[in-house]
Amino acid sequence: MAECKYLMFLGCAIPYRVAAYEISARKVLKRLGVDLVEMPEFNCCGLPLDPVSHETMLVLAARNLAMAEQKGLDIITLCPGCAGTLKKVSKMLKENKHECEEVNSRLKEAGLEFKGTVTAKHLLQVLIDDVGLKKIKETVVRPLTNVKVAEHNGCHILRPKEYIGYDDPEDPKTLKTLIEATGATCLDYMDETECCGAPSVGVNDKIALQLARDKLNHIKTVDAQAMITICPFCHIMYDTNELRIEKMFNEVYGIPILHYPQLLGLAMGMSPDELAFNELRVDCSRIIGKICEGGK
Amino acid sequence: MTETTEKPIKACELDPKFKYEISKMPGGEKVNRCFQCGTCTSDCPIARFSETYRPRQIIRMTQLGLRDRVLKSDTLWLCAACFTCTDRCPQNVEVASVIRVLRNLAAEKGFVPQVFKEEAASILESGYAYRIPELRLKKRETLGLPPLPKGNPESIKKTLKETSFFKCAEKKWT
Repeated sequence: MAECKYLMFLGCAIPYRVAAYEISARKVLKRLGVDLVEMPEFNCCGLPLDPVSHETMLVLAARNLAMAEQKGLDIITLCPGCAGTLKKVSKMLKENKHECEEVNSRLKEAGLEFKGTVTAKHLLQVLIDDVGLKKIKETVVRPLTNVKVAEHNGCHILRPKEYIGYDDPEDPKTLKTLIEATGATCLDYMDETECCGAPSVGVNDKIALQLARDKLNHIKTVDAQAMITICPFCHIMYDTNELRIEKMFNEVYGIPILHYPQLLGLAMGMSPDELAFNELRVDCSRIIGKICEGGK
Repeated sequence: MTETTEKPIKACELDPKFKYEISKMPGGEKVNRCFQCGTCTSDCPIARFSETYRPRQIIRMTQLGLRDRVLKSDTLWLCAACFTCTDRCPQNVEVASVIRVLRNLAAEKGFVPQVFKEEAASILESGYAYRIPELRLKKRETLGLPPLPKGNPESIKKTLKETSFFKCAEKKWT
């Protein structure tokens, strides 16, 4: 593996309320030899404001990219929304000279310039492309052979294909492959690539929760012991709302929602405490018991 | 029927230039290619649960030039931006991006749901879309996490000061 060094880009949701994802991802990346460099300054990737002002989104994203260029390092993000936005904006500005000039005239006011020399990658892409499956498998000391889980990719790691496209949006394989590298079984289920509903929270909560409920139903049908996510928003949508959905629709799920690096960390022999399992809302004691007993 | 089609359409409501206006904006270029097959609506996860949100209908209303009805419609803000419609459109219309273009125009006119107003205000105040409490920033230290990068809102404001977004946000979209 070539030298693997990235600027860590956290975005907004993770520092706001998804600490377990950051903690577990940092531990796992360290074990895999991925070097994370901290930035003194970064801002929102811009995506939350795209619906209100596309231009503002471009400026905010380009501002981050310009700061990363000064460090001469590519960006790693844990959030697919951030990775997708930074990647998309970088491509758009490189392809559209006029738009690039407009954005740069705004960045100039803050002494910055977008040149297009760095890129952004999501954790998943770094794991599969840079670290590689072989190295990941080598670090597995406690294979999760008796564990059956369901993946949830989320939208912005897959779509729109034109900008994101390193996986097949209709039949994604990356997360599945990475889950299976831990020794766990990744179950197929209906509507795997569908949206969690999180972007509609605040606009129409009921619709958002119905979307999340549909997914939980499909996952329950195949008897998955946990759902594995790689997006802070999807994780909030399921982990924070599972009890609410159970009450609202008179259902019982009890499906723990794990961040992928938490699953990988367990397979690497790390303890649930180290991986911040205590930060999760839905009770994980059953799956943890199974893993810690089964791996012996 | 949906709220947007309840009232009969009057000829004076139709603005034939609207579709060309949209097609000149980044993301809206291919709006006129839509031949109303309905793939977007049938694959839309929101449409499955909403009585009113129909992406095909929004595109058709845009083509017809029903500017005010589209821009003032609450349903415009239901799209979750999952991009399923964009990926599956047989005519390569970037449906989700057309809806984003329409939302941007609606926002300029002051039609913005509260949740976006709050995120905009937070970014201009802190650089982040959510106001991260001081307590959480301190907790990072006890959790062994490095300090959060500074948001530098002053620098952000400098870059955005000439945009119509900034003017709208400053006036709180009134």
